[in-house]
Amino acid sequence: MSKKIVATTSLAGCFGCHMSLLDIDERILDLIELVEFNKSPIDDIKTFTKQCDIGIIEGGCCNSENVHVLKDFRKNCKILISVGECAIMGGLPAMRNNNASITECLEEAYLNCVSVQANEEKIIPNDEELPMILDKVYPCHEIVKIDYFLPGCAPRADLIWNALVALVTGNEMDLPYEVIKFD
Amino acid sequence: MAKKITIEPVTRVEGHGKVTIHLDDNNQVTQSRLHIVEFRGFERFVQGRPYWEAPVLVQRLCGICPVSHHLAAAKALDVIVGAGTGDGLTPTGEKMRRLMHYGQMFQSHVLHFFHLAAPDLLFGIDGDPAMRNVIGIALTNKELAVQAVMMRKFGQEIIKATAGKKIHGTGAIPGGINKHLTEAERDSFLNGADPMNIDKMIDWSLGALDFFKGYHKNNKDLIDKFAAYPSNHVSLVRKDGAMDFYHGVLRGIDSESNKILDDIDYQNYLDYIDEEVKSWSYMKFPYLRSIGKKNGWYRVGPLARMNTAEFIPTPLAQKEFEIFRAYTNGKPNNMTMHQHWARLIEILHSAEMMKDLLNDPDLLKGELTVKGTKGNEGVGLLEAPRGTLFHHYRINEKDQITMANLIVSTTNNNIPMNKAVNLAAKQFMNGQTDITEGMMNAVEVAIRAYDPCLSCATHALGKMPLEIKLIDKNENVLDRMLKNG
Ligand code: SF4
Repeated sequence: MSKKIVATTSLAGCFGCHMSLLDIDERILDLIELVEFNKSPIDDIKTFTKQCDIGIIEGGCCNSENVHVLKDFRKNCKILISVGECAIMGGLPAMRNNNASITECLEEAYLNCVSVQANEEKIIPNDEELPMILDKVYPCHEIVKIDYFLPGCAPRADLIWNALVALVTGNEMDLPYEVIKFD
Repeated sequence: MAKKITIEPVTRVEGHGKVTIHLDDNNQVTQSRLHIVEFRGFERFVQGRPYWEAPVLVQRLCGICPVSHHLAAAKALDVIVGAGTGDGLTPTGEKMRRLMHYGQMFQSHVLHFFHLAAPDLLFGIDGDPAMRNVIGIALTNKELAVQAVMMRKFGQEIIKATAGKKIHGTGAIPGGINKHLTEAERDSFLNGADPMNIDKMIDWSLGALDFFKGYHKNNKDLIDKFAAYPSNHVSLVRKDGAMDFYHGVLRGIDSESNKILDDIDYQNYLDYIDEEVKSWSYMKFPYLRSIGKKNGWYRVGPLARMNTAEFIPTPLAQKEFEIFRAYTNGKPNNMTMHQHWARLIEILHSAEMMKDLLNDPDLLKGELTVKGTKGNEGVGLLEAPRGTLFHHYRINEKDQITMANLIVSTTNNNIPMNKAVNLAAKQFMNGQTDITEGMMNAVEVAIRAYDPCLSCATHALGKMPLEIKLIDKNENVLDRMLKNG
């Protein structure tokens, strides 16, 4: 059996979902026997070098760069999985959707902040090197089609492991009722 | 012709970072910047939430060392609920939190050293990029890979036993902790089957230090000279000057060892620290107010802690500390790459601390929380793996958060990382017409020494993917090179 090719990315996530993937511990060594990694933070592959079987997405979309990366993943992966609450529903970063406008958030951080006493010029970062912030934080399936959703914050390591093994071996995965909740 | 080089994405933390380097007509570096390009708005959207949510909410900024945020927030809330500023908890409350914290220092440092830094050391800064990652290590040195995995696992299991979950736990609550350690858990950490026991962890920590010292001997130039520069250093220390990751007073020294923050009570941090905002980065630039914006910046993290502490309160790590300090004749150590050495000594110290704590009966029984008179404001500081972490909250009479301010470790290191980038760029790119992969990696190596959490990706699993663009004065792309693309 040829190895399945896996790509991963972290959009507006905290990297906890990737950490949970690492929490499969010793099985990491089995995993690299089962799959080959393409574009992912675990290696140096910055752009897709080939068509991938599975794309693992952590985090929702909070800026233009996230949207760009997500669309690129859809184009290059047969199957996309939203891993964790941020990818599935925006997660913690999406608290800003209902709670505050992006302007208010920026003003709080750079103008009103108690430890920014000397910002006389009232600078708010806006350099052309910085990507555009979106009005809201979007879950991934509102941007592109997502094939599977793995719940949790972070999804427990066993769940990620089972999902990968199921997809790689072509078996149906077992998603017990208890894991279909926030945490 | 003048050029601009863009390295992107450097990594992510709270998102992506990128580096721009400007070269003049003679290919000399005229400007370099590390930009942090993601913004969350946490300080604003947490307003209105009940205060006790802070320890579980804020940690979701960072899944690499969530325990740091979890505990810093809990420490700030301790002050709010009248449980004191760190020493007012019950013995069980404080010791369970300490065990959680030292467990996370251990796992986070291990992850950084083995998964991120070791590939550069094993395969070389300009080694084959296809191999220069954790998979390369697994394929060429399985024993080392297994050791890395099992050490991290041990730390994560400690976190699970104290916080309830490996990632984003719930153990620390305002005024204490919500669980004891069970005897079965304690016994398995102390005497678990090989290699999952604390003695093996101490052994392996010593082994990792030997590995580094051997490497250092053969690569003195790289380790001693690369991206080195004098700086101020800041960290918490215990009142008696001992290294302490969980609680203490804030101490700062300059590059000559003069005290610039004299063991202050961090509840008053605003009297001493301010942040500058620059248009080109979402990350702010902290500095000491007494010295000013220009020269008041400082380093935090393992190297800073080695410089500010007077001793390490565990015997094996103390021995290593003495060797470390003797290397610079007791003067502050300003060698950027010595962060790795310092980090390994801290791994050993964390393992020893865990062992001491595991042998303490207070973990198994005793009161979990204390109550006091409620106030409306609190500051919580601790030494996270990457350096001093500040949390500050105010609440109203309805128990809602009205103000939240965070200065995270990596933000404290903003100017130091920019300095390191500048030095690496100058050293490797000045006068060069062709930018090679090795030169780009040199810039990463400089950033990576700080284990920045803006590079979660990187620091977690391997390497930062980089893109470099050469752009002339008129913004025309002259050359574009994708690293291993
Ligand atoms: S789902 Fe949770 S663990 Fe995963 S990225 Fe979001 S906050 Fe982090």
